[in-house]
Amino acid sequence: MISVRGLKKSYNGQKVLNGIDLDIERGERIVIIGPSGTGKSTLLRTLNFLEQPDAGTISFDTLKIDVANASSADIKKLRLHTAFVFQNYALFANRTAQENIAEGLQVVRGWKKKDALKRASEILSEIGLSDKADAYPAALSGGQQQRVGIGRAMAANADLILVDEPTSALDPEWVEEVLQLMGKVAAAHQTMLIVTHEMRFARDIADRVLFMEGGRIVEQGPPEKIFSQPDDPRLKQFLRKLL
Amino acid sequence: MRPLDFDYMLSILPVLLKYLPLTMGMASISMLLALGLSCLVAIIRVLQIPILNSLSKVFISFFRGTPLLVQLFLFYYGLPQIFTSLTALDGVSAAIIGLTLHFSAYMAESIRAAILGVDRSQWEAARSIGMSEGQMMRRIILPQAARVAAPTLVNYFIDLIKSTSLAFTLGVTELMGATQKEAAGSFLYFESFILVALIYWVIVEILSHIQKVLEQRLGKAVAR
Ligand SMILES: Nc1ncnc2c1ncn2[C@@H]1O[C@H](COP(=O)(O)OP(=O)(O)O)[C@@H](O)[C@H]1O
Ligand SMILES: [Mg+2]
Repeated sequence: MISVRGLKKSYNGQKVLNGIDLDIERGERIVIIGPSGTGKSTLLRTLNFLEQPDAGTISFDTLKIDVANASSADIKKLRLHTAFVFQNYALFANRTAQENIAEGLQVVRGWKKKDALKRASEILSEIGLSDKADAYPAALSGGQQQRVGIGRAMAANADLILVDEPTSALDPEWVEEVLQLMGKVAAAHQTMLIVTHEMRFARDIADRVLFMEGGRIVEQGPPEKIFSQPDDPRLKQFLRKLL
Repeated sequence: MRPLDFDYMLSILPVLLKYLPLTMGMASISMLLALGLSCLVAIIRVLQIPILNSLSKVFISFFRGTPLLVQLFLFYYGLPQIFTSLTALDGVSAAIIGLTLHFSAYMAESIRAAILGVDRSQWEAARSIGMSEGQMMRRIILPQAARVAAPTLVNYFIDLIKSTSLAFTLGVTELMGATQKEAAGSFLYFESFILVALIYWVIVEILSHIQKVLEQRLGKAVAR
């Protein structure tokens, strides 16, 4: 089980995360919703140490990290437990689709190059991009790039996949294929923390929805409850605006 | 005006060309060493590694802020007086050390700019999958920065080739030194120096051509 306790982060004195507590069960698919600027991205980024949190603890089973005193070895371990899917895909521009997926296996997890490429090729077929194995990111559509981004996260075999608005940067025509792939990954009970504005998708795949506001988790619960009977006035207002 | 002595020029051409390998050798070795050192300094600057970063700033400032000739004299004539174990430092080695350090300072700044030009997403993706800073630099950031920096680095190589002529002031008989000797024997200064100028020019033109082809290739590769 993954536990986050008292996670805090400020930028130049501005509190962005106000002490986040969160327990995630293995296989749980959690969707985070909330207005922009409330710290959703920052929460995901601190969990992967793309941003250094100020205080709190992050635990993966027996690995417990006091974020304020995390060593670089701690950070590396944490990153091996997590995988990140970026809003802007962030594929390695100097690597082909297949190499993008194989890179982490080969370089970070010490697989033989041949094995890493073989695994990458299996994943390419799972994400329906076998024919693009040798294409560089610049030659792929946004939707294809994001699917490779998801494939890269799948390859990591991570305990937790962090997904930050996977479809927000996409032209509308590519949104559906990416949501479909996300749904497929979710259906395999991959533990995930997903920030998204796609409410239908959230309702479909989430075991639990968190509503964030002002750097706090204001309300949480199963999607039926959150979307149909919200308690917090801010959540009600947020949902009203979406409709 | 007296006519040019073309026969003389033709006769010393093969003599001078014998020294071309030394000139190109010094330039190539200095360039390779400078590439290594400048990448190192650029990475130190970009990652702002404490202490080393400050040292790098001083290094860059000094070698860009003083004339190359002064630096070469400092290494060849000056240092062995202070560090007596360096007495065996010959002119070629002193020139290579001086050229390497001098051009490293310039190249480090170009490479740093190219590294900082690599999109933030590339750094984040590399870190997010657990790469060490070294792996990230070597495998993701530097290869992308190299494409941007390559044309500039060829410019520095061109500059470096021409700068090897200063090694003659350290008593090295390279292309320039050999020309000086020929000219002093024949008193045909104009013929000698216009010939050596042409030799440098042709080499630089060839490199400029390679640079253009390189730029076109890289331009295509990074086109989006
Ligand atoms: N690197 C940064 N430097 C300074 N402020 C930042 C930085 N990243 C995010 N912020 C600020 O933190 C707040 C939360 O940002 P973010 O986590 O991106 O929100 P969300 O993803 O919910 O839209 C915003 O006010 C944003 O301006
Ligand atoms: Mg965000």
